[in-house]
Amino acid sequence: MIVQMEHYLVVSALMFFIGVYGFISRKNMIAVLISLELMLNAVEINFSVFNRYLYPERLEGMFFTLFGIAITAAETAVALAIIINVYRHIGDINIRKMNKLKD
Amino acid sequence: MEYSILILITPLLIFLLLGLLGGKLKPVIAGRIGTFGLLCVALLSYVIAYQYFFVEGTVNGKWIEKIPLNFEWLRFTDTLHIDLGILLDPISVMMLVVISTVSLMVHIYSLGYMHGEGGFQRYYAFLSLFTFSMLGLVVATNIFQMYIFWELVGVSSYLLIGFYYTKPSAVAASKKAFIVTRFADLGFLIGILVLSFYTRTFDFGLLTADSASLVVTSMQGASFMGLSVATWALALIFMGGAGKSAMFPLHIWLPDAMEGPTPVSALIHAATMVVAGVYLVARLFTVYFFAAPDVLTMIGYIGAFTALFAAIIAITQTDIKRVLAFSTISQIAYMMVALGVSGYEGHDGLGYMSSMFHLFTHAFFKALLFLGAGSVIHAVHSNEMSDMGGLRKYLPITHLTFLIACLAIAGIYPLSGFFSKDEILSAAFHHDKILYWTLWVVAGLTAFYMFRLYYSIFWGKEKVHHGEHKPHESPLIMTVPLLILALLSCVTGFIPFSKFVSSDNLGFDMHIDMTIALSSIAVAVVGIGVATALYMRGGDLPQKIAQRLGGLYRATFHKFYMDEVWQFITKSVIFKCICAPIAWFDRHVIDATMNGLATVTQKTSASIKGLQSGQVQFYTWIFLIGALVIGILALCV
Repeated sequence: MIVQMEHYLVVSALMFFIGVYGFISRKNMIAVLISLELMLNAVEINFSVFNRYLYPERLEGMFFTLFGIAITAAETAVALAIIINVYRHIGDINIRKMNKLKD
Repeated sequence: MEYSILILITPLLIFLLLGLLGGKLKPVIAGRIGTFGLLCVALLSYVIAYQYFFVEGTVNGKWIEKIPLNFEWLRFTDTLHIDLGILLDPISVMMLVVISTVSLMVHIYSLGYMHGEGGFQRYYAFLSLFTFSMLGLVVATNIFQMYIFWELVGVSSYLLIGFYYTKPSAVAASKKAFIVTRFADLGFLIGILVLSFYTRTFDFGLLTADSASLVVTSMQGASFMGLSVATWALALIFMGGAGKSAMFPLHIWLPDAMEGPTPVSALIHAATMVVAGVYLVARLFTVYFFAAPDVLTMIGYIGAFTALFAAIIAITQTDIKRVLAFSTISQIAYMMVALGVSGYEGHDGLGYMSSMFHLFTHAFFKALLFLGAGSVIHAVHSNEMSDMGGLRKYLPITHLTFLIACLAIAGIYPLSGFFSKDEILSAAFHHDKILYWTLWVVAGLTAFYMFRLYYSIFWGKEKVHHGEHKPHESPLIMTVPLLILALLSCVTGFIPFSKFVSSDNLGFDMHIDMTIALSSIAVAVVGIGVATALYMRGGDLPQKIAQRLGGLYRATFHKFYMDEVWQFITKSVIFKCICAPIAWFDRHVIDATMNGLATVTQKTSASIKGLQSGQVQFYTWIFLIGALVIGILALCV
């Protein structure tokens, strides 16, 4: 079976919505962060796939993917640092309790 | 005479010094600084008076208006500007002398009278402020400057009446004085604006020049509600003067103003500030005479009524300061009548001259009466006649000076009151017989109530005085001003006043009209005689007469219920018919609109504030749903 573009897109769409589901339903902030990574990776798959199938002679999509991976890594580091600090302060990483910024 | 500006600057600087740094000074030092400053002011005013009256005041036998200083203070347009300056003419120089002399006496006297009172420095600061404003008022070159100082005088009067600010009655009295005079000043301000709208000037010199021709020509033909505009303007200006000078029906504040310290009553509420209204009418006398003679007639009748009304009330009062207050009202009304019956030019201007003359002599003997009353109050610690009696043994100097003042105000030859009162009666006699007979009766009543006061304080049965301590004569610092003022009350009558002050500034010879002089002395002697018979021994005859008179006596004792009438007018008429609807409109329309807007905003925000829960996952839900809806919509369209 030849792998078509649509197959990739189905996989990325599934990943994205699994990520959305996780983002909305998880209570643990690390689980939420993982869900966020899932969504980002789904988007990056899309970039690569569209670049590979639609414009094979160009490379912008690939570069954007690499760029996105770097950003994601940095963002994850920051997010984990925040989570650790939150845990140190209030001893909990339940996201339902992290609503103090509204005040 | 440019140095005359110092006469204003000195008291102002003392006011600032004592007002700002008074708390750091010792009370006695503050008092001495104030008194020393006033001494300088008094000496300066005597120098000015000498310079004006004997050196440079006349040109061809006519007193001129000297303006040593006049500068533009506030310019609005080319024609509309307000100046400040100093105007010296016979009446303003005469007022300078009166004010600085009486003020100096009061400053010296207060060193003794107010000794040991809290707020001594504040007291002297306010006295200086008052002296500054009063001097500024009399030397004003234009009517607007006069108005500015007029209000300053009102404020300092308010501050001094309410000097004992912990006493509710003093606070109420100061508020009453301020509100009543402010109400009258509203008329004054409107009058000034109407007058200067037509004449395009505030300047006294321009207004009174050439028989007030500027006012007469510029206001010709203009009328409002059947009366000429000139009449309206000048009547409204008189309303301001009536408020300050306590003319009926705006007199109600003056008796209550006696809540202030007694020296303040002597200075402000007897000798100087309350005659500001008379001075105002005198200052604009030419304008009144030529532009609105009917207002002048009205002034005469209001004055005569007030004089009689106040004299009758004075008979029944038992608080010695209140008797003096009503006597002041009555005497100021005398001056008003004199202006009302005055003609213009030469001997016809007798009324004008006699009004100023009476102002001059009255200032000294009335200040003396108040300071004497202060000395009595100092000795017995009470204002009530019933706590006094037989004091002549304990207070010999006060007794003597008080007797001189009583004789002076009763108009007995050769004391000063006789001369000025005689000229007023003579002016009234030649102008209007009704006014003359009213004043004649008032002269008798004056003699009666003054001697009733005198006998009740100094004669009659001795009261038991507070157990251990006997009343004693006041210290020297209080009796010396009394003696100086007593001396002035004796001699000022012999000044040939008409040479210096006259309506056309030309000067004339006055002579004493024997029939009128004899009749006025006769009625005064009758008054004194009746008082002697009733009060000298202190029997109960007065009470019997009072009981016989019944309702009439009670009405008089309650000042003919004028306070209650005003209370009714303000509370039941003005408050209920005008203020209450306005308050309703404010509360139910304007406030309700604002409240409605606020309520709607609050309700809306309350209903949507739950959306901002701080739950990131909830926000994501909303975002997701929104994105999906927009996506579907985009696909459909």
